[in-house]
Amino acid sequence: MSTTRYTKDHEWIRIEGKEAVVGITDFAQEQLGDIVYVELPQIGRKLEKGEEAGVVESVKAASEVYTPVSGEVVAVNAALADDPARVNKDAAGEGWFFKLKLADPKELDALLDESAYKAFTAEPH
Amino acid sequence: MSDWSKALSGFSAASPGGGHGLDVDEPLLFEDDGPGRSGVDLPPVPKVADRLGGLRRDGRIGLPSLSEPQVIRHYTRLSQKNYSIDTGIYPLGSCTMKHNPRINEKVARLPGFADLHPLQPEATVQGALELMDALAHWLKTITGMKAVALSPAAGAHGEICGMMCIKAALEARGEHRVRVLVPESAHGTNPATAATCGYEVDPIPADARGRVDLAALKAKLGPDVAAIMLTNPNTCGLFEDQSPAIAEAVHAAGAYFYLDGANLNALLGRVRPGDLGVDCMHINLHKTFSTPHGGGGPGSGPVVLAESLARFAPLPWLVDGDEGLRLIEQKEGAAKDALGRIKAFHGQMGMFVRALAFMMSHGGAGLRQVSGDAVLNANYLLASLKDLLTPSFAGLSMHEVLFDDRFLGESGVTTLDFAKALIDEGYHPMTMYFPLIVHGALLVEPTENESKESLDRFIASMRALAERAQAGDKAFFEQAPHFAPRRRLDEVTAARKPILRWRAETKSAAAE
Amino acid sequence: MLAVIGAKSVDDLFRDVPASARLETPLDLPPGLGELEVERVMAQLAAKNLSAGAAPFFLGAGAYRHHVPAAVDYLIQRGEFLTSYTPYQPEIAQGTLQSLFEFQTQVALITDMDVANASMYDGATAAAEAVMMANRVTRRKKAILAGNLHPHYRDVIATYGRFNGFATIAVKPDPQGKDDLAALIDNATACVVVQNPGFFGEIHDFTALADTCHRAGALLVVVVTEILSLGLIKPPGAMGADIVAAEGQSIGNALDFGGPYLGLFATRDKFVRQMPGRLAGQTVDAEGKRGFVLTLSAREQHIRREKATSNICTNSGLCALAFTIHMALLGEAGFTQLAALNHAQAVKLADILSAIPGVTLVNDSFFNEFTLRLPRPAAPIAEALAEQGLLAGVPVSRLDPRPDLADLLLVAATELNTDADMAALAIGLREALR
Repeated sequence: MSTTRYTKDHEWIRIEGKEAVVGITDFAQEQLGDIVYVELPQIGRKLEKGEEAGVVESVKAASEVYTPVSGEVVAVNAALADDPARVNKDAAGEGWFFKLKLADPKELDALLDESAYKAFTAEPH
Repeated sequence: MSDWSKALSGFSAASPGGGHGLDVDEPLLFEDDGPGRSGVDLPPVPKVADRLGGLRRDGRIGLPSLSEPQVIRHYTRLSQKNYSIDTGIYPLGSCTMKHNPRINEKVARLPGFADLHPLQPEATVQGALELMDALAHWLKTITGMKAVALSPAAGAHGEICGMMCIKAALEARGEHRVRVLVPESAHGTNPATAATCGYEVDPIPADARGRVDLAALKAKLGPDVAAIMLTNPNTCGLFEDQSPAIAEAVHAAGAYFYLDGANLNALLGRVRPGDLGVDCMHINLHKTFSTPHGGGGPGSGPVVLAESLARFAPLPWLVDGDEGLRLIEQKEGAAKDALGRIKAFHGQMGMFVRALAFMMSHGGAGLRQVSGDAVLNANYLLASLKDLLTPSFAGLSMHEVLFDDRFLGESGVTTLDFAKALIDEGYHPMTMYFPLIVHGALLVEPTENESKESLDRFIASMRALAERAQAGDKAFFEQAPHFAPRRRLDEVTAARKPILRWRAETKSAAAE
Repeated sequence: MLAVIGAKSVDDLFRDVPASARLETPLDLPPGLGELEVERVMAQLAAKNLSAGAAPFFLGAGAYRHHVPAAVDYLIQRGEFLTSYTPYQPEIAQGTLQSLFEFQTQVALITDMDVANASMYDGATAAAEAVMMANRVTRRKKAILAGNLHPHYRDVIATYGRFNGFATIAVKPDPQGKDDLAALIDNATACVVVQNPGFFGEIHDFTALADTCHRAGALLVVVVTEILSLGLIKPPGAMGADIVAAEGQSIGNALDFGGPYLGLFATRDKFVRQMPGRLAGQTVDAEGKRGFVLTLSAREQHIRREKATSNICTNSGLCALAFTIHMALLGEAGFTQLAALNHAQAVKLADILSAIPGVTLVNDSFFNEFTLRLPRPAAPIAEALAEQGLLAGVPVSRLDPRPDLADLLLVAATELNTDADMAALAIGLREALR
């Protein structure tokens, strides 16, 4: 049973015990094109659900990354500094952005599950 | 193999053109360094005991040393890799790339203008102040506005100036408003400016006719809205015909009406922003009034102001004194509510001279002809291309015309590819991907300068390319440009691993 | 053409403009003039000004009169440079992009910083942008402005502060240059802004101040208004500066009555993504050839819009080109020699003028500009000398009305001043003070 949830801003969040890993979806990286830079939050920063946590840049666009849930940043993917292309190659895995210690696990309930997210991205906008 | 092709195959790679005639791969200055050379003969330095406080610079700076002939060749060769207005049409929507008359350059270089220090006593610079006063008069008359701030250095700087005046006016009223309404089609400088001035940006959608959605705008108005920032004609090349109603609604809500004057070229002599209820507007002298773009600047962005905002204009103010024109440079007397400074000294005098030369050359009737010809040329392009390309909105255009990428259909050719292929035809591409409200935008502005013959040639190229794209020749477009000094450049690596200067240690070589 | 469009007249093309908005009467402006008439009118206006070359000239205060080699003006007037646009289509703008890359390198070298941008409007707006950048980097909102900062620069930063929402603490100007800035730094300070050489001319070492800033988590911004000084004095990078905001007008660019000028902006590698303005970067094309592009654009207004590092769009392109060409002509030896020559001229002039009864040289150190204290307010004296055809220097009161500064005159000497100029100034000043 997948413990990955999604937001309408194209972030995914995967629960690993008491921590959650956050990244952007494959759909998002496709839209952005070649990623050139990822700005990550500082470790220790406390984020509120929906707050801007970072920025992902391609040559022609820059998008805010919002945290799907509230929590404290406990780790960031330092590999992205030298190799932002990881986000393009493996958005759901090696291209993760940051890990959070969850403040309120119940917030996850409000997020989209995989089929709901797939349906959302299929809609014309 | 014939003798001739044998001959062609033996060109020396060591020659500057490497077998390509005038097409030279020009090294960096730092790669042509010949220590001890200098291109300027200077007088010898007298021996003095220095007064540098013991802070003399030690060690080499690392600047390259070249002779004058080397420097002239370097920059001459570099210039040959640039497209320019002098080369051909620049159909860039929103930029108004009109011809830069050379009389501008001649008069700007008169020592009586160019060799003047901004802080000389005012009695010694009355001619310069008179010129500024004349320019102010022309700008106020053209726009129907009461006052003008001349100091902003560029359009975006003018936007900051205008928004600061608005914020100061609201503060003087004791009001603290936090939101600025900006159309989704607006140029990026508009929301960036609003944010710089501490405002929240609230976007207004466009309606099906490509204009600002008046109902949506009215719904967003409220006591916390400081201003709307509108462009008219808008960035789709369409006149915001509901402008009077917009002004009324905005003023009724106690807010101010800022106009982005980038598209003034369509209005000269025909519409005055003052008559539309505009409170302030910046003007781009480097767009509408022919001052040269210089590869990216300098610009000049004077801001015309309504009576309600005039007293907040930034310093310095140019006023009539007892003994001639003078500058008010402190917040005192009539200028006690002035913003303060947004720039050192007085403004882009070099651009004032050029712009005024342009205005004087045209006169009132000539300026009206400019807008007429600009709008005529744009509509001629529209009429000649609309069966093949896809105009985003129905009806006439003003001075620029907006197409989107629907005409490229399923071909797989993108707006970017199409634009790069236009380079091979000998043209600078039009503005791409702006405004953001249509997909794959192509915004074309011919300006008043192009003759019918010039436009016909451009139209023929555009039609040929459109047909080729629709025929599915995707590979051709993806490989474009084929004939420019450089093929498509890797902007992804440039952003991932930025190399922003030459360094002695790494001695950047041509790519392996 | 109208037939193709399907309109009856050009006026008909404006039918989308509501009648109430249309101007039916001609603009109240004179008729167009021919080329020779425009030249005549302009020449008449220009003739009403006393140009700097027509008189002994010693003004500075942030704008300096230097010799610009003939080749510079010739090259920047090549149409491919003069009339080209921002290099957004790099394949056909390698001339502009390569020269910007070279320019950025030269600025980084002379300031001894890691990286520089492709220029800003002028030194003062560059300084304001530097403060806003420091605010972003430190996430703080307070700037301390040294008393030795050019008053226009101080005012511009304060104006931006008022509207952008950051606090500025402006220290009183002290011609002796004895600010105690370190005492004002706390953990709410984003940056300290100093000028070197200072507004009054004195030269400082800000290394200790840089350390104090860094220990408090703040940045040091160094302003340079006479860029030629970096040919002779310790550069900001060597003092630990985090950002340099400078005026480049002295190299390649005329006085032009105050504009267009040239903002220079340099910083450390670690801050590059917070830097405002355009950046030219090196890359390769599809055939593997080295080329240049505008890069890190995602920071800029056309992409980030309200989240941009700055709203700046236009830079000072042609002025930057003039700067880089002049620097190329000077080279290492020429730049350092020109700076040394300026200092020697100023030393000579300072000695001559401080020998005048009533005149005191305020500075212990200076580059090419120093402050004289006169026995009475300087402004009327400068005006009287101007009426005699002597452009003697800038009274400080022109820039800062504080009463305790009224007797001060800023005097600059460059490579263009002759011995005859200096003698004339000495005689004129001596007479005026009798």
